[in-house]
Amino acid sequence: MILKNTYNEIIKIAAKPRTYISVIAITVLVGIILFAMKIDGQNYISFITASFEQTLSFEGKILNGNLMAFIILQMLIVQIPLLVALVTGDLISGEAAMGSLRMLLTKPISRTGVLVSKYMAGLLYTLILLLWMGVLSVVVGKMLFGDGDMMVLNSDGLVILKYNDVNWRFITAFGIAFLALATVATLSIMLSCFSENSIGPIVTTMSIIILFTIIGTLDVPVFDNIRPYLFTTHMAAWRSMFEDPLPFAQIKQSVVVLLTHIFVFFGIAVYQFNKKDILS
Amino acid sequence: MDEKIVEIIGLQKYYGKFKAIDKVDLQVFKGDIYGFLGPNGAGKSTTIRCILSLIKSSSGTINVFGENIKNNPTHVLRRIGCIVEKPDFYKYLSAEKNLEIFGRISEADISKKNIHKMLDFVGLRGREKDKVSGFSHGMKQRLGMAQTLIHNPDLIVLDEPTTGMDPQGIIDIRNLILNLKNEFNKTIILSSHILSEIEIIANRMVVINKGKTIVEGSVSELLNSEELIVTFETNNLEKSRQIAAALHKVEVDDSQLLSVFLSKNEIPDLNKALMDNGIEIYGIETKRKLEDYFLKLINQA
Repeated sequence: MILKNTYNEIIKIAAKPRTYISVIAITVLVGIILFAMKIDGQNYISFITASFEQTLSFEGKILNGNLMAFIILQMLIVQIPLLVALVTGDLISGEAAMGSLRMLLTKPISRTGVLVSKYMAGLLYTLILLLWMGVLSVVVGKMLFGDGDMMVLNSDGLVILKYNDVNWRFITAFGIAFLALATVATLSIMLSCFSENSIGPIVTTMSIIILFTIIGTLDVPVFDNIRPYLFTTHMAAWRSMFEDPLPFAQIKQSVVVLLTHIFVFFGIAVYQFNKKDILS
Repeated sequence: MDEKIVEIIGLQKYYGKFKAIDKVDLQVFKGDIYGFLGPNGAGKSTTIRCILSLIKSSSGTINVFGENIKNNPTHVLRRIGCIVEKPDFYKYLSAEKNLEIFGRISEADISKKNIHKMLDFVGLRGREKDKVSGFSHGMKQRLGMAQTLIHNPDLIVLDEPTTGMDPQGIIDIRNLILNLKNEFNKTIILSSHILSEIEIIANRMVVINKGKTIVEGSVSELLNSEELIVTFETNNLEKSRQIAAALHKVEVDDSQLLSVFLSKNEIPDLNKALMDNGIEIYGIETKRKLEDYFLKLINQA
C-alpha cells in the first residue's frame, strides 16, 4: 500500500506547476553561470589565481568543465534548499489546506504509511533536482569547456586534482549533497505536519537554515559547542571530497550529524502526524 | 437479530477543557439508512470524524463491523466509503486521475473502464479529462459520490451530500442512496441539515445536540408519536372550528382553512365528525412537523 501511495504522490508532485519552478530555476541559473563564464571566465580565473602567480606558474586549461561544475555546485547549493522546501514543505500542509488530506486519511492506509510514501516521493524529487543540476553542471560544463585537471581553492590552500581522479569525487560529492538536501526535505516535511498552510513550513524551513547558518558562521565562543551539531554546518560537507588527502574523519562526522537529524526530524514527524486530529 | 455495523458507546471528545462530544451513543444496523441530525456545532461532524479515525476520541468505544476502530483502523476503513463535509479533490488533476488516485489506495478496480463506469453512474461522463478546478460544487459532490463507491464499500458515510446541488442533482443523489440500500443492501449513514431529506430516505435516525444523543430510533416511530398539523378545506370554517375545537387543539390563523393538531390515526375520526355535522370537506392536507419535532428536542435539551 505504501508503494501504491508513493506512486500516487509522484503523480501529484509531477502534476503541480510549482514542481517545475525549481527545475526551470536551476536550468536558468546554471545557464546564466555557464554563459557568463564562457564570455568572461578567463578574467575570473585570472583574478582568483593572481595571488599564486608569483610562486606558481599555471599551464594548461584551468577553466574547464570540472572547475565549472565545482563553481556551479558551490554557488547553487545555497539556493537549492529553498527549491526543495518549496515542494516538500507543501506535502502535508498543502493537502491539509486544500482539504484533500481529509479524504486521503479515510482510505485504508496508516498515517505512518501516508507519511512514508510522501517522504519517499519528496526524496525522489530532491534526487531528481540534484541530478538535473549535476547533468547541467558536469555534463554540459564539460561539453562547453572541455575536460582537464581540476584546481580547487579551499581554506588550506590550492588543491590540484588530475582529470582522471575527479569523476568519482563528483559522484560522492553529489551523494553527500543529497544527504544535506534530504535533511532539509525532512525538516520541511516535519514542519508541514504541524501546519495547516503550505507557506508556513517553507518560510520556517528557510528561517531555520538562515538562523543556523548565522550561528555557524558567527565567530563567538558561546556558539563553539553548538556549531558541530548544527546540520547547516555540514551542508557543504560535499566540498571535502575535493581535498587531497580526503579528510575521512570530518566526512564521517558530517554524514553522522546529517543522518541523525534526518532520523530525529522524521521521528517527530511520524509522532505528530499520528496524533494529529484532522479538523480541516 | 440485525447485524450491528456501527456501535458507539459513551463517546467523548475534549479539546483541552472544551467538551466537543459529551456522550454520544448510537447503533447502526446492516441495511440502515441512518439519519444524523443536529444543529450546527452539535457534534455531528466530530462524531463522523471519530468513526473514520480522522479524530481520536478522548473516551468511549467505536465498533465498526464488530472491530474497535482504534485497534485496526485501516482494516475497517477498507470497507467504508465516505464524503466528509465536502469532497476536496486535487484541483490540478482531472476527474479521472482523482478517481484513479483514491481508487488505487482503496484497492479498487482502477481500470479506465471501471472509472468511466463510475463517472457515468454519477452523471459526469464526458468530463473525465477536465481538471477538477473547473468543476462546480455540485459536480464535485457527484465526483465525491464516485470516489465513495469506487471500491464497493459496505458502509457509506455521507456528510451533507446534497449541499450546493441543484434540485435535479438532489433528486439524483437521493435516488442513488435509495438504490444503494434497496439493490445492494448497503448501510448508509447520512448527515443532513435538510430534515425532509432524512424523513424521506432514512429508516432510523439520531438527533444529537451539545455533544449528546437526544433521541435515537426508527424514523417512522419517532415521528408518528408526534402530532401532525392537519389542514381541512371546508364550506363552513366557523362551524368546522367549533366542532374540531371540542375534540382537538385548533390552530387559529388568518387563512380560510381549518388547521388542527392531531395524530395520524385521529384524522378519520375528525373527518367523520365534520361530515356528520353537515360540513362539506373539499380537501385534507397533513404536514409532518419534523422541523417542530426537531426544534422541540433541541430546546428540551
